[in-house]
Formats: sequence, structure tokens, C-alpha cells
Amino acid sequence: MEILVDVVLLSLLVITALAINGTKDLFASIMLTGIYSLLSASFFVLMDAVDVAFTEAAVGAGIATLLMLSCMTLTGQYERKPRRSQQALGLLVVSITGVLLYFGTLDTPNFGDAHSPIQDHLAPHYLHQSMAEIGIPNVVTSVLASYRGFDTFGETVVIFTAGIGVLALIGFRPKRKTDGQLQSLVAPMHHQKILRVLSKLLIPPILLFALYVQFHGDYGPGGGFQAGVIFAAAIILYAMIFGVDIARRAFPDAAVRLLAALGVLLYGSVGLVSLLSGKHFLDYSILGDTPQHGQHWGILLVELGVGITVTSVMLIIFFTFSARVDRRGRDGDASQRQ
Amino acid sequence: MSALLHYNYWIVIVLMMIGFYIVITHSNLIKKLLGLSIFQTSVFILYISMGKVIGGSAPILSDKVQIYSNPLPHVLILTAIVVGIATTALGLALVVRLREAYGSIEEEDIQAQERDEGQAP
Amino acid sequence: MMQHLPVLQVIVPLLAAPLALLLRPSRLAWLFALIASGAGLFISLSLLAQVLEQGTLIYALGGWAAPIGIEYRIDRLNAFVLLLVSLIGFVVLLAADTSIRREIDEDKQPYFYSLYLLCMAGLLGIVATGDAFNVFVFLEISALSTYTLIAMGRDRRALWASYQYLIMGTIGATFILIGIGLLYMMTGTLNMHDLALRLPAVQNSATVLTATAFFVVGVCLKLALFPMHLWLPNAYAYAPSIVTALLAATATKVAIYVLIRFVFTIFGLDFAFDSLPVHEMLLVLGVVGILVASVLAIAQSNVKRLFAYSSVAQIGYMVLGIGLANTTGLTASLLHLFNHALMKGALFLALAGVFYRLSTVELKSFQGLGRQMPLTLAAIVIGGLSLVGVPLTVGFVSKWYLVLAILERGWWPLAFLVMLGSLLALVYLWRIVEMAYFSPAPADGGNPPVKEAPLMILLPTWLLVIANVYFGLDTDLTVSLASLASIELFTPVVP
Repeated sequence: MEILVDVVLLSLLVITALAINGTKDLFASIMLTGIYSLLSASFFVLMDAVDVAFTEAAVGAGIATLLMLSCMTLTGQYERKPRRSQQALGLLVVSITGVLLYFGTLDTPNFGDAHSPIQDHLAPHYLHQSMAEIGIPNVVTSVLASYRGFDTFGETVVIFTAGIGVLALIGFRPKRKTDGQLQSLVAPMHHQKILRVLSKLLIPPILLFALYVQFHGDYGPGGGFQAGVIFAAAIILYAMIFGVDIARRAFPDAAVRLLAALGVLLYGSVGLVSLLSGKHFLDYSILGDTPQHGQHWGILLVELGVGITVTSVMLIIFFTFSARVDRRGRDGDASQRQ
Repeated sequence: MSALLHYNYWIVIVLMMIGFYIVITHSNLIKKLLGLSIFQTSVFILYISMGKVIGGSAPILSDKVQIYSNPLPHVLILTAIVVGIATTALGLALVVRLREAYGSIEEEDIQAQERDEGQAP
Repeated sequence: MMQHLPVLQVIVPLLAAPLALLLRPSRLAWLFALIASGAGLFISLSLLAQVLEQGTLIYALGGWAAPIGIEYRIDRLNAFVLLLVSLIGFVVLLAADTSIRREIDEDKQPYFYSLYLLCMAGLLGIVATGDAFNVFVFLEISALSTYTLIAMGRDRRALWASYQYLIMGTIGATFILIGIGLLYMMTGTLNMHDLALRLPAVQNSATVLTATAFFVVGVCLKLALFPMHLWLPNAYAYAPSIVTALLAATATKVAIYVLIRFVFTIFGLDFAFDSLPVHEMLLVLGVVGILVASVLAIAQSNVKRLFAYSSVAQIGYMVLGIGLANTTGLTASLLHLFNHALMKGALFLALAGVFYRLSTVELKSFQGLGRQMPLTLAAIVIGGLSLVGVPLTVGFVSKWYLVLAILERGWWPLAFLVMLGSLLALVYLWRIVEMAYFSPAPADGGNPPVKEAPLMILLPTWLLVIANVYFGLDTDLTVSLASLASIELFTPVVP
């Protein structure tokens, strides 16, 4: 049964990917990419990777789709057909790479084999020792936040870098005074009564859910990254219905920027505290009265750091993109650069 | 039977190559980024497939479960997803700026303008 | 505190980056970044001393011993490259405040310093880590900050260069990710040392071959090895001057480091060079790269682009040294890695000075510049001579070892081709010299008259120029470091 679902999902993925290649309408492509993400999220559930599925759904189908749509609003909906020569070249490169990969997977361990090298070498330690060493049931969180906590620190920095990058490229401009008239990508939705009421009903539970995901990552799927995305999604939903400017008044640019930096600094300072107490960087065992307690505290704090940075960067990115859309709406097509 | 056991990997290769193909051949800059994200997502599928143990369940420890799938690939891919969205966001910001600077987001148009600029001064 | 040096090397700039973002005015951010990178330089010097004294340093992050956790493993090669990156990062940053004022809007400047520190932290992280996946994470930190830094250039072509680099760079990184994934699949580990121990058992599988191929191609995209260099010339030409100086002197060097680390330490020389044609590929692409890129450099009308093509050619020399697969060749590569950073650092900083005064680096605007900006142009000439490989400069030292390594193999024609590359370098340098010293300045003398570059750009430029000459005369330090590291790389890994 599992195998059957597996085959069907993978085939659907191929069909979606081919459809994305085929359509010239970017709107359709973007929506199909969202579907592609949802399909892979379902596939990840089937593969027992619930945390990954959660993230892929929130990021791939949620945030990424939204960003791409904003970008498309700014740039145009239809693409040109690829040139023949380009297609031939592409086909050649892709075939060579594909054949090489095919050849490379001929003698891999069988799919699902319980005794392949990756199941025998490190995984048993994580699965059997983590309860004693760290003391939380979700092994993914243990590995993510403690055993390989430094990777996650790097990941937080990556998302922070992207935030500053977007700011530096299409950063906040001083807000222009408009006579109470808010013309934006999102304003039209303001007139939809049903949407307004529904979203008012939905936003509080979404925020609560985000908090649950943030602090429940030890026991079930979830953690700082997923929580951050969901938290940001609630605010973005609010902004889309009630206007970006109102949302930005609640989360001023400077504050969001400060929070993005603080998240990284929080993660880093947890590491520095262990370093100053004579342990290695990010060794949480010093943070509590028993090493296990210390691990709990450490994981809680670093996940909080991740959550803060992710929320703020998602907001930074959404606000900057929508500010552009906004500005263009007012100035007409301002295609002059500086 | 062995074909079935490698089915996941082969489909992953097909997916990767479709993504890669979109990046190389399409001239539209947003579409290229879409292709890139399909390419990356397929690599995620490769990693996650590796970690699966048939008959296993999600690596959240419980007394009722005997076999778990490998948590390490999951952790790696969580990181990779974040890297992917970071790259996409930055790429899209660049596309917005390129549209303002060149008036087009088709590779051909931009390259044509580049060529003119290269020869003119 | 001394035991924490390996991790401090990376987290000092990493944590300074978010702080720099919050500082106003931007001069304060610069000063802060300068202090952080100065501390980084101090740390890398102490690390080098420690490594030479005690041997390889191991630091388990989070207190989890590898391969369960991530470790930093600093041997001679790491310490050598870390020193290079933090040295250049510090010296180039000295000039940043002055140069950036002319090239980046005031309100964007704090972002610049934050990104600069992130880029350095990323590069240092790649070098310090002993974990294959951690390489990927830090690779992306440096890559994302680099894309933005390039796009901050004033010219609109900077945006296009940055986008192209983003696409190529991400494809490269994804290839690397595939390579790491397949290696992990076959061995079950991500730790480099552990990989080196576990790979021989599965070495004959097609999967490991494929993993190697993907990894090497991915890294070659990153290091702009000919013909995968297409993103580089525009990126270097249109990025802000300071960014070009930083990238040209560090980013490709770190990619070379990754190539060396994986080929020699992880895959092992016998495997990478016997089972796969990696060795032939590096030799051929290296030589072709030297010649073709040098010829293309001669044809350029923009001096930054000219030196960018020259960088592609110089990468060819480093790759050639690796492809020779003997200790002398590797020593030559490592020497050139260091020396080329000194040359290109000096040259691109000098060009930052020219750009500061002229707002352009087109070759034709160099007319008569030799008299107007004597110190800057002298720096370009000395840096250029070093690039050609004239005796008394560092360029001579690394070329000398490269030719020695080729002769050890007995491949005379190859030595001849390397000489030809130097000759071509002389031609493109001559084009600049001719324009600057032998063409009269424009009749109006420039309006207002062109003055010498400001002190804060001249100072770091000449620091690097003097280093070019000093290490060309006193070769003991660099040569002994490079050969020590290279001997260590040829020693098989033991548990």
C-alpha cells in the first residue's frame, strides 16, 4: 500500500514538473510550483519526515508562492518561448547529467533497507542515546538543535543574510504621504466582508498555533523555523486584508530589523555562555543543574532565537516586496533607476 | 523487484533534470528561479528517500514503536529548505531590480542591451 | 580562552554582523567591523602558531565529539588559508570607509558592513569546519552575502552579473549537495575525517564515483575554473571596488581550498586521480584556462574586467599545480593561492583608488594617469609585475615552484605553456603602462585636475604591494608553510 502511494505521488510530481516547464503563464507556473511543494510535503510524510513535510508546506507552498506572486505583479505575467538552440543545448546537458546520476544510483543500497550504511553508522546513536543524553522524544529536534546545533546556527544566519540582502537590494524607502488613500496590491481585498470577518476569526488561532509549534517542538513535529513562518503568515494575512501600512505601523521597520538581528544574537549568546563557562561553544549542558536540564534550556532558547529571526526576516521580505508594489501603483511604471 | 526498490531514486533523477532543464533553457528570470527551486526540492526528495526504513515510522520516540526512519537526513533537509527559500527571496529581489533597470525580465533582452552597452562607449 | 580559538575565528565576524547592522552612523559600523576583523586576524595568527606547535587542533561544537556532532579541525592547511582570508579581509576593510562613500548610498552602508562580515564569516567557516554538510551551510552564507554585495555596485550591469552568479552559484551548490548526499548514502557519515576512513571500503562503487564527479564539478563552478568562469568577469567588473578586492583575493581561494581538501584528504589521491580522470581534467582545463583567459584579458577595455580575466587565468595555475599531483606541484598551488591574493588584493585596491578619483576604470581614461596618480599607478605596475612573475616579487616564487614541479614530471612542453601565460600577462600589463605613462593626459588636464588617491586607500594598497615584494625576497616563511601543509596532505589519513 505504502509503495503504491509512493509511486502515485512521485508520478504526480513528474507530471507537475512537466506542466511547469510547459506553460508560458507565470501565474500558472507559480501555482503549480506551490502544488509541487505540497505534493513533496505529502511524500515527506510518507517517508516519515514529518518535520520536513511541515516546513516544506509552510515555506514552499506558502511563503515562496506569495513572494513569487508579488514579484510577478511587479514584472509581468507571461514569458517568452525558449529558443530552439537553447532547448537543444539544455537537453544535451541534462541528458548527460541524468545518465551520470542514473549510473551512480545503480549500486546504491536498496531503498528502505534497514541495514544500509546510513542506518547503521550514526542513526543508532541518535535514536538510542538521545533520550538519555538530551531527554526529548523528537529526535529530529535533538539532532537539529543540539548534536548539529551549529548547522542550525548557520541556517539562522543564512536566513538573516537573505533578509539583509533583500533590504539592501529593494530596501525600505521612506513612506510617502498619501492622502489617506492606501493603494496597494492588497487593498482590494479590504472590501471583502467575508474575508475580513473570517481572517479576524482565524488570525488569533493561527498565532496560538505558532506558539504551540514553537514550544512543542521537543515532543512533536515543529520548532523555531516552522513557528516563525506560521507567525509571519498570520501577520501577512492581516496585512493582506487590512492593508500593509497598518501592519507596518504595528511592526515598524526598525523594530523588525532589530528583532532579526536579536534572534541571531540570542542563538549566538547561548553559545557564548557555554563558552564562557568553560564548555565548548553551544554545549548546553552547563545551562541547567543537570546536563539534561541544560539541554532543555539550550534547545528552548536557540529555537526561540530561530523563531524570532525567521518571523522578522519573513516580515522584512514581505514588507519590502509589497512596498515596491505599492510604490509602483502610485508612481506608474517608474522604470528609471536612480 | 529491484527496479521497484530503486524507483524513488530514478524518479528523483527525472525531477532534478526537469528542474535543471528549466533553469538552463527558459529565458524568463522568474521561471529560472522556479526551475531552480524544483531542482533543489528534488534533491530534498533524494535525501529523504535515503533515510526511509521500510516499516519504520517518524523519529519521535515512543514505547509503541520499534523501527524508526533515520532522523539525520531530515535535519539536513530542514536546513537545505531554509537555504532554498533564502536564495529564492534574494533572487526575486534581484529580478525586481533588473526589471526596473532593463525594462524586461527576459534573458535575451537583457543580454541584447548588454551587448549594445559593451560596444557603444 | 586559547582552546576556543578555532570557533572564535568564525563566530567573531558572525556575531559582529548583526551588531554592525544596528550601528549608526555608518562610520561607526565600519570601525566596529574593522575591530572585529582585526580580532579575526589576531586569532588566525595565534591559531597558526598553535597548529605549528601542537599539530592538528580539534574542537567539538556543542561538546559532541565527531562524527555524532560537528567538529572544527584545524591542520596546517586550514590555518594557512584562515590566515590568508582574515589578513585580506582586514586590509581591504581599511579602505572600505573611504571607497564605499563614493559607491554606495549612505542609507545602505550599514548593510554593506554587515554583509561584508557575513561573507568573511562564511568563508572562514568553510575553511575551519571538519564536516562536509557544514561546508555547504557556510558556503551559502558566503554566497548569499556575495550576491548582494556584487549587486550593490552602481552600474546596472552589476545586477545582471549578480543574478547570473546566483543561478550558477546555486547550481554549483546543489551539485555539491548531491555529491555530499551520495557520499553520505554510501558511508553513513558527514564528518570529513570519518569519510576519509570509511570511503576506501566502498570505493569501487559507481555511486562514489558519481558523488566525486558531482562534487568536483560543483566546486569548479564555484571557483570559476575555465570554462565554468562565465559568471566571474562581470561580477568582478561591476561590483563595488572594495567587494572586487575582497572576492578576488579570498572567495576563489577558499573554493580552491575545498577542492584540495576533498581531493586529497577525503577522496584520497589514488582514488580521485586513478579511478576518475580528475587529474587529467584539472591539467587540461588549467592550461587552457591560463591561455584563453589571458588572451581575453588582453582584449578588454575595462581594467577591472581585464584583471578579472587575469584572475581566471591565475586560477588555472593553481589548478594546474593540483593536477600535477606531486608535493612540489601542490606546494606551488598553495603558494600561488597566497601570493595571488596579495597581488589581486593590491591591484583591485589600487583600482578602487582610480575609481574614487575618476568614477571609471575604462582603459582609455588611464591616459596620463602615471603623472597624476603616481603612487596608485606604481602600485598597479608592481602588482602587475608580480602577476607576470618577475623576480623579486611573490609571483616569481610561485611560478618557479610550479615549473619545478612540471620538470619533476618531465613535461617540458607544459613548462613552455606556463611561460607563454606569463608573456601574455606582460602584454596586458603593458597596455595599462602604455596608456598611463606614454600617452599624454587629456588637454584640459581633467576638470577638476585628478589628484592622488586618498590616504586611506593608498595605505592598504601599499601594505599589500610591500607584502608582494617582501615575500618575494624573503621566501622562507611562505614556502615552508606551503610545503609543510602539502607534505601533510600527501600523508595518508590514519584513524
